[in-house]
Amino acid sequence: MSLNVISANLSSAKLTLPVAVFGMMLALAGCSKSSTPEESVDAETPAPSTEQEVAKDNAASADGQTVTIYSSRNEQLIKPLLDRYTEQTGVKVELVTDKDGPLMARLQAEGQNTPADMLLTVDAGNLWQAAGQGLLQPVASSVLEANVPAKYRDPEGRWTGLSLRARTIFYDPSKVSADQLSTYADLADPKWKGKLCLRTSKKVYNQSLVASMMEHLGAEKTEAVIRGWVANLATDVFSDDTNLLEAIAAGQCEVGIANSYYYGRLLDEKPDFPVKIFWANQGTTGTHVNISGAGVVTGSDNADGALKLMEWLSSDDAQGLYASADKEFPVKVGIDESEMLRSWGQFKPDDINVQKFGALQTQAIQMMDKAGYK
Amino acid sequence: MITMPESSASQNNTVNESNETGNTSKSIRQDHATRKRVISKSVLGLISLFMLIPILIVLLSWTQPVADIWGHMREYVLPQVLKNTAILLLMVTVISGTIGTALAWLTSMYRFPGQRFFSWALMLPLAMPAYVLAFVTVGIVDFSGPLQTALRDFGVTTAIPSVRNVWGAGLILSLAFYPYVYLLARQAFLSQGRRAIEAGQMLGLSRGRVFFRLALPQALPWVIGGLLLASMETLADFGAVSVFNVDTFTTAIYKAWFGFFSLTTAAQLAALLIGVVFIVVLFEQYWQAKRGNTITQGSSQRFEVSKPAKLAMTLLCTLVFLIAFLIPFAQLIYWTAANFQQDFDARYIDFVTNSLMIASITTAFIAVLAIMIAWIKRQYPDKSTKLMTTLANLGYVVPGTVLAVGIFIPIAWLDNQLIAYGITSTQFLSGSVIVMLLALSTRFMTVSFQPVDRQLQRLTVNQEAAAKLLSDSPFQRWRQVMLPVLSPGVLTGLLMGFVEVMKEMPITLMTRRQGWDTLAVRVFEMTSEGMWGRAALPSLLIVLVGLIPVWILLRQSDKQG
Repeated sequence: MSLNVISANLSSAKLTLPVAVFGMMLALAGCSKSSTPEESVDAETPAPSTEQEVAKDNAASADGQTVTIYSSRNEQLIKPLLDRYTEQTGVKVELVTDKDGPLMARLQAEGQNTPADMLLTVDAGNLWQAAGQGLLQPVASSVLEANVPAKYRDPEGRWTGLSLRARTIFYDPSKVSADQLSTYADLADPKWKGKLCLRTSKKVYNQSLVASMMEHLGAEKTEAVIRGWVANLATDVFSDDTNLLEAIAAGQCEVGIANSYYYGRLLDEKPDFPVKIFWANQGTTGTHVNISGAGVVTGSDNADGALKLMEWLSSDDAQGLYASADKEFPVKVGIDESEMLRSWGQFKPDDINVQKFGALQTQAIQMMDKAGYK
Repeated sequence: MITMPESSASQNNTVNESNETGNTSKSIRQDHATRKRVISKSVLGLISLFMLIPILIVLLSWTQPVADIWGHMREYVLPQVLKNTAILLLMVTVISGTIGTALAWLTSMYRFPGQRFFSWALMLPLAMPAYVLAFVTVGIVDFSGPLQTALRDFGVTTAIPSVRNVWGAGLILSLAFYPYVYLLARQAFLSQGRRAIEAGQMLGLSRGRVFFRLALPQALPWVIGGLLLASMETLADFGAVSVFNVDTFTTAIYKAWFGFFSLTTAAQLAALLIGVVFIVVLFEQYWQAKRGNTITQGSSQRFEVSKPAKLAMTLLCTLVFLIAFLIPFAQLIYWTAANFQQDFDARYIDFVTNSLMIASITTAFIAVLAIMIAWIKRQYPDKSTKLMTTLANLGYVVPGTVLAVGIFIPIAWLDNQLIAYGITSTQFLSGSVIVMLLALSTRFMTVSFQPVDRQLQRLTVNQEAAAKLLSDSPFQRWRQVMLPVLSPGVLTGLLMGFVEVMKEMPITLMTRRQGWDTLAVRVFEMTSEGMWGRAALPSLLIVLVGLIPVWILLRQSDKQG
């Protein structure tokens, strides 16, 4: 954006009201005979930001087709991809971001008249919930079927995975050697007492991990594992993975569980970040893998546009970007991963169909509550 | 439910019985008075109903089948929630009450090095959102943060205990909210404390006794008013407690709603929370009832103290200022500088103007409503008015997320009805500024109402009568007498509301128009992915913009002194 656009923006109607209100405050502050608030308010009805709208319309290229996305994915992770799509096709993409829960509540309330065409989110648990609430419509797409393995798609076609993230074990190589590590369940062993760091159970990533363990180990055994984890904690649970990984680096704990791309981002910033990745459960069920994904919204009035965008996101072009821009794994088989991802070595992913995470989510949360995992 | 105004109108009317003779004019006058009363109370009823709708929507969502989640919540979640809530409220009451009152007393009654600076600088944390203070503090003092890393480099291994628990959260919330107490206590001391000094000196009391026997009891209603705001903020906070990972009502509601997808359970929890608030409000009103409304201009006399005592005061102020504002602020600047190249782009102009725009519209709207409610409350101070006033101010404690959903559901329903009847063709209301305005107004009504109400209570009956005599029309009376008298309260209300709206996150996220991203939305974008460093720039801008109203507030409260 050039300077003159900025100055135009600054002088536009959007600023008159704040200035007026601030002026009013100052006038009141130096009050002798001030104007009444009512008067100022009446005089300054909020000007619609038509200028902005017009500018946006002009910026969009010809066909005027727009896809509106409700996204819980961080804007700047997904925006480069969407910008490229607009470049290639001329289709405008509008992005509304919020947390998953409120987004679904919003879709629910808007019903058939929603402006949204596509829901873009992370974690199969969230996609499963959205589908269960009837917010996503089934679509048949040979492109998606070809690009995305079945275990990362909804059997009924209501949502599809678009990228993969592995949730695995990280360790401090100065205190732990890789051969001491094996499975998630093993971290409940008393030998890790006071050495384990975990993220909060409130995060859906952990809920899905526990759900997958329930599927593999059964409820009883899983609960025992969680209790063991809690007993082994080195410190209060963390509210995000980045802080957890930094705690391992700082020596607060020796092992922890986190998502692969958080580690990738930290390595980007600090190439000699003193933490190593370990692919969990290689001798058993495989490393827990989750997806970020999307679905076509039931009330969409541009379902076609949404599906085309989803298909494009599963194409080679976009899949390569996921890996390089956000350190996630491509969902499509045979895409070249970035050098960093390759340096972590090959691993066997868990074969479970990711929709299980959603089906078992409630039970998983209840189990973690019972076991005292905050 | 709400008693309808009509029923109260039939109660005995004692509206300025004049000594006029002549029954006809008297009855006309009475008629007129009755009509005015009915209209006023209807307006108040409407406003409070309006403010109640989102809360009612949430509380009345019993449509979903009751899961057995409630049993689970009661057994495994609620005990922890109640315990944490009690600890947080107690900590915030004691710590922010003590800090706020003590610092207000020092800066308004003593002369010490830096006193002039601290009198306004200690207000600055008001501009720092609690969730920002939370993530910055954790970033600094956690095991892997710069503080402990530096200590370890010096060979000091005594670990600072983990702050990611209820105690850390209580401490941070206290530091974030003490300015409410400080601001109000300061106003009280400036207007009354000096009189207390004079009286105390005449009686030959020691300073400690002047404070505890005279000044504090007089200022207590103001202190309690500040504590009420701090307690409400504490109960409704979601962002900060999430950073510390502490289970409170807000996180439990979130869990019930978005983890278990049980709106019913969420509503039950919200009802419980509102019950807790009612207790807090009733407690506060008990003190309010005792509040004296005398306002006197004291002399500008201050205590004289010895040098060491002066230094101790400077040290105390410095300490609070450093921990609650300067260090986190410096950390924000540091992070911003580190990420500026990568983050800053022209869109930030939009983020800032959007934030300003939304805050301005909302604040102006709330101020008008607050004046109306306060005036009606003064004219007709009976039980039903009191109840409606309380209800109109209830939104402050409902977690923003719940309120956002509660307002979104009826609006979207209305939209769908309009489309169904062919009046509009698209979602006309849902994406409009109106929804955001309503939701934010509901949430922050009380912030503006409190100061306006306090100011109006200071208006004596004589002043009002004089104004009536001297002016030709009600409009002129308002313009020339009432508003100038009200203006300090209105201004305080405007400014407090403005800062609050700037800081607000969940409602803005859910109800904003497409493309209307604000600074708070940007903070959310970054923190949701754990990119703390990159959340610094928008956070810093929120603080900087919020500083302007805070500065005006200070000038104003000094002027009163």
